[in-house]
Amino acid sequence: MSKRRPYVRSMDGWWKKNPYFIEYMIHESTALFVAAYAFILLVGLVRLGQGEAAWSGWLDALKSPLSLTCHVVFLVAILYHTYTWFKIMPITMPPIIVGGKRVGPEVITGSGLLAALVASLVLLGLVWRLAL
Amino acid sequence: MKSGLKRSNAPIFWGLFGAGGMFSALFGPMLVFITGIAVPLGLMLPANTMSYAKMMAFAQNIIGKGFILAVIALFLWFAAHRIFHSLHEIGIHAGVGAKLLCYGSAFIATVISAVVLLSLGF
Repeated sequence: MSKRRPYVRSMDGWWKKNPYFIEYMIHESTALFVAAYAFILLVGLVRLGQGEAAWSGWLDALKSPLSLTCHVVFLVAILYHTYTWFKIMPITMPPIIVGGKRVGPEVITGSGLLAALVASLVLLGLVWRLAL
Repeated sequence: MKSGLKRSNAPIFWGLFGAGGMFSALFGPMLVFITGIAVPLGLMLPANTMSYAKMMAFAQNIIGKGFILAVIALFLWFAAHRIFHSLHEIGIHAGVGAKLLCYGSAFIATVISAVVLLSLGF
Protein backbone atom coordinates (compact mmCIF):
# COMPACT_ATOMS: atom_id res chain seq x y z
CA MET A 1 0.00 0.00 0.00
CA SER A 2 1.23 3.46 -0.77
CA LYS A 3 1.64 6.01 1.96
CA ARG A 4 -0.03 8.80 0.03
CA ARG A 5 -1.86 11.22 2.22
CA PRO A 6 -3.64 13.47 -0.23
CA TYR A 7 -4.66 16.89 1.01
CA VAL A 8 -8.37 17.02 1.74
CA ARG A 9 -9.66 20.49 2.32
CA SER A 10 -11.37 20.87 5.67
CA MET A 11 -15.13 21.43 5.60
CA ASP A 12 -15.12 23.36 8.86
CA GLY A 13 -17.48 26.29 8.65
CA TRP A 14 -17.56 26.44 4.84
CA TRP A 15 -21.07 27.83 4.99
CA LYS A 16 -20.13 30.72 7.28
CA LYS A 17 -18.42 32.54 4.43
CA ASN A 18 -21.54 33.26 2.44
CA PRO A 19 -24.81 34.74 3.77
CA TYR A 20 -26.81 32.55 1.35
CA PHE A 21 -25.38 29.39 2.90
CA ILE A 22 -25.74 30.74 6.44
CA GLU A 23 -29.45 31.14 5.78
CA TYR A 24 -29.52 27.69 4.17
CA MET A 25 -27.95 26.05 7.24
CA ILE A 26 -30.37 27.87 9.56
CA HIS A 27 -33.45 26.83 7.63
CA GLU A 28 -32.21 23.23 7.31
CA SER A 29 -31.57 23.08 11.06
CA THR A 30 -35.21 23.93 11.81
CA ALA A 31 -35.80 20.20 11.19
CA LEU A 32 -34.08 19.49 14.53
CA PHE A 33 -36.74 21.51 16.34
CA VAL A 34 -39.58 19.89 14.39
CA ALA A 35 -38.15 16.49 15.42
CA ALA A 36 -37.76 17.52 19.07
CA TYR A 37 -41.37 18.73 19.21
CA ALA A 38 -42.66 15.55 17.56
CA PHE A 39 -40.74 13.46 20.15
CA ILE A 40 -42.38 15.42 22.99
CA LEU A 41 -45.78 14.71 21.45
CA LEU A 42 -44.84 11.03 21.05
CA VAL A 43 -44.00 10.87 24.76
CA GLY A 44 -47.35 12.53 25.47
CA LEU A 45 -49.19 9.95 23.41
CA VAL A 46 -47.43 7.08 25.20
CA ARG A 47 -48.25 8.68 28.58
CA LEU A 48 -51.89 9.05 27.50
CA GLY A 49 -51.95 5.32 26.81
CA GLN A 50 -50.61 4.64 30.32
CA GLY A 51 -53.58 6.25 32.05
CA GLU A 52 -54.71 9.43 33.77
CA ALA A 53 -51.87 9.75 36.30
CA ALA A 54 -49.21 9.39 33.61
CA TRP A 55 -51.01 11.91 31.40
CA SER A 56 -51.24 14.47 34.25
CA GLY A 57 -47.52 14.02 34.85
CA TRP A 58 -46.83 14.87 31.23
CA LEU A 59 -49.13 17.92 31.41
CA ASP A 60 -47.33 19.11 34.57
CA ALA A 61 -43.96 18.66 32.87
CA LEU A 62 -45.18 20.98 30.09
CA LYS A 63 -45.67 23.71 32.72
CA SER A 64 -42.01 23.69 33.79
CA PRO A 65 -39.94 26.76 32.85
CA LEU A 66 -37.59 24.52 30.84
CA SER A 67 -40.46 23.15 28.78
CA LEU A 68 -41.97 26.61 28.24
CA THR A 69 -38.60 27.97 27.14
CA CYS A 70 -38.11 25.04 24.76
CA HIS A 71 -41.55 25.56 23.23
CA VAL A 72 -40.90 29.26 22.67
CA VAL A 73 -37.73 28.24 20.81
CA PHE A 74 -39.67 25.59 18.84
CA LEU A 75 -42.30 28.19 17.97
CA VAL A 76 -39.72 30.60 16.55
CA ALA A 77 -37.86 27.82 14.70
CA ILE A 78 -40.99 26.27 13.21
CA LEU A 79 -42.38 29.67 12.21
CA TYR A 80 -39.11 30.17 10.34
CA HIS A 81 -39.57 26.71 8.79
CA THR A 82 -43.04 27.77 7.61
CA TYR A 83 -41.66 30.97 6.10
CA THR A 84 -38.74 29.26 4.31
CA TRP A 85 -40.85 26.27 3.19
CA PHE A 86 -43.09 28.58 1.17
CA LYS A 87 -40.24 30.92 0.25
CA ILE A 88 -38.45 28.02 -1.48
CA MET A 89 -41.61 26.49 -2.94
CA PRO A 90 -41.41 28.36 -6.28
CA ILE A 91 -38.16 26.50 -7.03
CA THR A 92 -39.08 23.13 -5.53
CA MET A 93 -42.37 22.65 -7.31
CA PRO A 94 -43.03 22.24 -11.04
CA PRO A 95 -44.01 25.45 -12.84
CA ILE A 96 -47.73 26.25 -12.75
CA ILE A 97 -49.17 27.80 -15.87
CA VAL A 98 -52.37 29.82 -15.55
CA GLY A 99 -53.85 31.45 -18.63
CA GLY A 100 -50.66 30.79 -20.63
CA LYS A 101 -48.49 32.58 -18.06
CA ARG A 102 -46.24 31.11 -15.44
CA VAL A 103 -47.42 31.89 -11.90
CA GLY A 104 -44.84 34.19 -10.29
CA PRO A 105 -42.76 33.16 -7.27
CA GLU A 106 -44.27 35.85 -5.04
CA VAL A 107 -47.78 34.55 -5.79
CA ILE A 108 -46.77 30.98 -4.82
CA THR A 109 -45.01 32.11 -1.62
CA GLY A 110 -47.86 34.46 -0.74
CA SER A 111 -50.56 31.80 -1.27
CA GLY A 112 -48.58 29.33 0.84
CA LEU A 113 -48.20 31.76 3.72
CA LEU A 114 -51.87 32.68 3.48
CA ALA A 115 -52.77 28.97 3.56
CA ALA A 116 -50.63 28.54 6.70
CA LEU A 117 -52.38 31.48 8.36
CA VAL A 118 -55.82 30.08 7.50
CA ALA A 119 -54.80 26.55 8.63
CA SER A 120 -53.54 27.95 11.96
CA LEU A 121 -56.73 29.89 12.63
CA VAL A 122 -58.94 26.92 11.67
CA LEU A 123 -56.90 24.68 13.99
CA LEU A 124 -57.19 27.15 16.88
CA GLY A 125 -60.93 27.47 16.24
CA LEU A 126 -61.44 23.70 16.19
CA VAL A 127 -59.44 23.20 19.39
CA TRP A 128 -61.48 25.98 21.01
CA ARG A 129 -64.76 24.34 19.97
CA LEU A 130 -63.67 20.87 21.10
CA ALA A 131 -62.55 22.31 24.44
CA LEU A 132 -65.83 24.08 25.26
CA MET B 1 -40.38 -7.74 -18.43
CA LYS B 2 -37.37 -7.07 -16.28
CA SER B 3 -35.30 -3.99 -16.87
CA GLY B 4 -32.26 -4.85 -14.77
CA LEU B 5 -32.50 -1.41 -13.16
CA LYS B 6 -33.34 -1.42 -9.49
CA ARG B 7 -36.27 0.82 -8.71
CA SER B 8 -35.21 3.65 -6.45
CA ASN B 9 -36.83 4.01 -3.04
CA ALA B 10 -36.07 7.74 -3.04
CA PRO B 11 -39.61 8.85 -4.11
CA ILE B 12 -41.09 7.27 -0.96
CA PHE B 13 -38.76 9.14 1.39
CA TRP B 14 -39.07 12.29 -0.64
CA GLY B 15 -42.86 12.01 -0.60
CA LEU B 16 -42.92 11.63 3.18
CA PHE B 17 -40.51 14.56 3.44
CA GLY B 18 -42.74 16.74 1.27
CA ALA B 19 -45.91 15.77 3.11
CA GLY B 20 -44.30 16.31 6.51
CA GLY B 21 -42.71 19.59 5.49
CA MET B 22 -46.03 20.88 4.23
CA PHE B 23 -47.99 19.62 7.23
CA SER B 24 -45.53 21.11 9.72
CA ALA B 25 -45.43 24.39 7.79
CA LEU B 26 -49.23 24.66 7.88
CA PHE B 27 -49.96 23.48 11.43
CA GLY B 28 -46.61 23.32 13.28
CA PRO B 29 -46.45 26.83 14.77
CA MET B 30 -50.05 26.83 16.02
CA LEU B 31 -49.69 23.31 17.46
CA VAL B 32 -46.58 24.33 19.39
CA PHE B 33 -48.40 27.41 20.64
CA ILE B 34 -51.45 25.41 21.77
CA THR B 35 -49.79 22.38 23.38
CA GLY B 36 -46.57 23.95 24.63
CA ILE B 37 -47.50 27.53 25.57
CA ALA B 38 -51.22 28.38 25.67
CA VAL B 39 -52.50 25.29 27.52
CA PRO B 40 -49.64 25.04 30.08
CA LEU B 41 -49.96 28.75 30.88
CA GLY B 42 -53.76 28.80 30.77
CA LEU B 43 -53.79 31.45 28.05
CA MET B 44 -56.73 31.98 25.68
CA LEU B 45 -58.01 28.38 25.72
CA PRO B 46 -60.26 26.82 28.40
CA ALA B 47 -58.33 25.27 31.31
CA ASN B 48 -59.48 21.72 30.55
CA THR B 49 -58.57 21.87 26.84
CA MET B 50 -56.10 19.00 27.19
CA SER B 51 -57.72 17.18 30.12
CA TYR B 52 -57.43 13.38 30.21
CA ALA B 53 -61.10 12.93 29.30
CA LYS B 54 -60.89 15.33 26.34
CA MET B 55 -57.64 13.90 25.00
CA MET B 56 -58.92 10.33 25.32
CA ALA B 57 -62.09 11.28 23.45
CA PHE B 58 -59.96 12.90 20.73
CA ALA B 59 -57.56 9.94 20.49
CA GLN B 60 -60.45 7.45 20.32
CA ASN B 61 -62.06 9.30 17.44
CA ILE B 62 -60.94 8.02 14.03
CA ILE B 63 -60.23 11.55 12.73
CA GLY B 64 -58.39 12.39 15.95
CA LYS B 65 -56.29 9.24 15.59
CA GLY B 66 -55.44 10.14 12.02
CA PHE B 67 -54.44 13.68 12.99
CA ILE B 68 -52.22 12.55 15.89
CA LEU B 69 -50.52 9.92 13.73
CA ALA B 70 -50.04 12.40 10.87
CA VAL B 71 -48.48 14.99 13.17
CA ILE B 72 -46.03 12.66 14.93
CA ALA B 73 -45.12 10.44 11.97
CA LEU B 74 -44.98 13.02 9.19
CA PHE B 75 -43.08 15.59 11.30
CA LEU B 76 -40.47 12.92 12.07
CA TRP B 77 -40.20 11.58 8.49
CA PHE B 78 -39.72 15.15 7.30
CA ALA B 79 -37.05 15.86 9.92
CA ALA B 80 -35.30 12.52 9.38
CA HIS B 81 -34.95 13.16 5.65
CA ARG B 82 -33.73 16.72 6.07
CA ILE B 83 -31.25 15.84 8.83
CA PHE B 84 -29.95 12.84 6.86
CA HIS B 85 -29.30 14.97 3.78
CA SER B 86 -27.71 17.76 5.84
CA LEU B 87 -25.08 15.46 7.33
CA HIS B 88 -23.01 15.91 4.17
CA GLU B 89 -23.03 19.68 4.73
CA ILE B 90 -21.35 19.32 8.10
CA GLY B 91 -18.71 16.96 6.73
CA ILE B 92 -20.24 13.63 7.71
CA HIS B 93 -20.25 11.27 4.77
CA ALA B 94 -23.43 9.50 5.67
CA GLY B 95 -23.69 5.82 4.93
CA VAL B 96 -26.10 3.02 5.71
CA GLY B 97 -25.71 3.52 9.47
CA ALA B 98 -26.78 7.15 9.37
CA LYS B 99 -29.64 6.28 7.06
CA LEU B 100 -30.85 3.57 9.45
CA LEU B 101 -30.53 5.93 12.40
CA CYS B 102 -32.49 8.77 10.74
CA TYR B 103 -35.24 6.88 8.94
CA GLY B 104 -35.20 4.08 11.54
CA SER B 105 -36.12 6.44 14.38
CA ALA B 106 -38.95 7.92 12.29
CA PHE B 107 -40.12 4.39 11.50
CA ILE B 108 -40.00 3.25 15.14
CA ALA B 109 -41.86 6.39 16.28
CA THR B 110 -44.53 5.75 13.63
CA VAL B 111 -44.98 2.15 14.81
CA ILE B 112 -45.15 3.18 18.50
CA SER B 113 -47.75 5.89 17.72
CA ALA B 114 -49.86 3.49 15.68
CA VAL B 115 -49.72 0.80 18.38
CA VAL B 116 -50.69 3.23 21.16
CA LEU B 117 -53.49 4.75 19.07
CA LEU B 118 -54.91 1.31 18.30
CA SER B 119 -54.64 0.22 21.94
CA LEU B 120 -56.67 3.25 23.05
CA GLY B 121 -59.69 1.76 21.29
CA PHE B 122 -62.40 3.37 19.20
